[in-house]
Amino acid sequence: MTAPHTEPHTGKIRRRKLAPATIAVVAVLLAAPLVALLWVGSYNSKTPRLWGFPFFYWYQLLWVILAAGCTSAAYLLITRTGHDIELESAHQNDEKGTDK
Amino acid sequence: MNTAAGPTVDGVALGVVIGLFVIVTGVGFAAARWRRPPAFASLDEWGLGGRGFGSFITWFLLGGDLYTAYTFVAVPAAMFSTGAVSGFFAVPYTIIVYPIIFIFMPRLWSVSHRHGYVTPADFVRGRFDSRSLSTAVAITGIIATMPYIALQLVGIQAVLEVAGLGGSGNTFTRDLPLFIAFAVLAAYTYSSGLRAPALIAFIKDILIYLVIIVAIIYIPYKLGGFGKIFDASEAKLTATPATSFIPGSAGLLSYGTLALGSAMALFMYPHSVTAVLSTKNRTVVRRNASMLPAYSLMLGLLALLGFMAIAAKTSVIGADGKPNAQLVVPALFRQMFPSWFAGVAFSAIAIGALVPAAIMSIAAANLFTRNIYREFFDRSASPAREAAVSKLVSLIVKLGALAFILFLDKTLALNFQLLGGIWILQTFPAVVFGLYTRWLHRYALLAGWAVAMVWGTIAAYRVVAPATGKHFGASVAKIPFFGDHTAYIAITAFVMNVVIAVVLTVVFRALHVPNGKDATQPADYHADADAERVAVPTPA
Repeated sequence: MTAPHTEPHTGKIRRRKLAPATIAVVAVLLAAPLVALLWVGSYNSKTPRLWGFPFFYWYQLLWVILAAGCTSAAYLLITRTGHDIELESAHQNDEKGTDK
Repeated sequence: MNTAAGPTVDGVALGVVIGLFVIVTGVGFAAARWRRPPAFASLDEWGLGGRGFGSFITWFLLGGDLYTAYTFVAVPAAMFSTGAVSGFFAVPYTIIVYPIIFIFMPRLWSVSHRHGYVTPADFVRGRFDSRSLSTAVAITGIIATMPYIALQLVGIQAVLEVAGLGGSGNTFTRDLPLFIAFAVLAAYTYSSGLRAPALIAFIKDILIYLVIIVAIIYIPYKLGGFGKIFDASEAKLTATPATSFIPGSAGLLSYGTLALGSAMALFMYPHSVTAVLSTKNRTVVRRNASMLPAYSLMLGLLALLGFMAIAAKTSVIGADGKPNAQLVVPALFRQMFPSWFAGVAFSAIAIGALVPAAIMSIAAANLFTRNIYREFFDRSASPAREAAVSKLVSLIVKLGALAFILFLDKTLALNFQLLGGIWILQTFPAVVFGLYTRWLHRYALLAGWAVAMVWGTIAAYRVVAPATGKHFGASVAKIPFFGDHTAYIAITAFVMNVVIAVVLTVVFRALHVPNGKDATQPADYHADADAERVAVPTPA
């Protein structure tokens, strides 16, 4: 198990707390592929060609690699920065169970 | 090749296919002993592989699950016959799906781990305390998955037809190979559960990658380079009406909404959720979201096989003497490759059908067991009883899919698959919004779902294909009240769904309509593998 200092029986759950700037960077990294690819008007052209591929085709294939890079960077930021905070869980004897 | 009588039998290729199929069958049965726990009889074991798969296995399992044989056959076929809008959108679709699941999937994993949820409908039941809403989600999942399983058979059929089986004889001898393949698949899924497709996925993916790498180097080399392939495709597609080489201004919204709608829908399918919940901790999903795009690159290159077939003037005349675009990929392989390698390529597609078909039937069976059988027939079903019911239902589901393909029109399966994508997206508000907020009222969600399902079905029915004059001609239609803009029906229906859910929530809250009790706690959405499972109270 990943964190030896936790005691599962207390019902304590940790969540990762990130700096606001990190959250902003992660948001941009995850939004970039969506914005780039859903804005179809920015890439529906034949030129410039690359190795015979019209722009429309090579640009989208290039985004496969760019998006993988963005998601990997977001993953590393989330797992390697910030610190864990413990969350209270009141499951044991709580019968109401309504949040918010 | 005698085109009038369809393809002739290719003995070498068939021999390779049979040999590889036998190996896969052995692996499928052996999988029952792989990572075997002391107690096998529960849905956690049979239906989720013990909830213990790490990043490596999950990468193969999800890749094998999401990128199906039908995709390999249908995407190039769409590129071959109608061009980019109905084919290449699969590339942006399978790119943007990963940032989307990166955001919400860990929450679904955590809450499911904490409460022992096996299906998305289990979560909806716990979160919204509504049997009608969770049943709606479960039934949507089952009816969207069934035709998808049937279409995996279309992938196998295309291969067998091009390999020369299926031309002569009556229905029985023609479909005998398909029948045997499915009977064997059903048998090892029954005995090994999710472990079988997880192991077979390794073989499938290695074969697929091998075939694609060879194909995208060797075929363009024989055809004179990618430039010539694209030129030939442009010439053909611009000369044919209702096709597109590159989407024009009228097709932009269709292309974008097809990509977005499909991406949002993909992880609402029960088989995707099953694969995600089989992972051992919270981070496996996120790590995989950054590694799975390798499959999208492969899919993009595979889509271009449709254009290669245009340049190679591949004949897609089927066994019945009529042209059938679904045959384009196997036909191209047979035309370009030596027999033995065509056999390897055929096997890759056929085995590619077995992995998702197995996972889909397990997922559909889990939905039935947890959200219909347990909910309505046996409230106190033991884990062993649940596993027994699920195993039996997985057999029935596969038999149903087989009957669908053998006795009904194949286009019916295609129509249902198109509808399935529209339907499954309508469970998104309850499942994904539900992961973040309980503000939406359970009956408002139900009403939004119902209206979107009905409207989406009618809208899809009313699209008449210009070439054939048949209903369910495409998955894009004009947006009501928005002039001539066309968009993916699933997205238009989804917007209606959300608007109705929000408006009715305000109304129901004002009227103090009871909204049930939430079984989950905010902390549950962050739980990792070390968090204890919440004790499930026995239902009253």
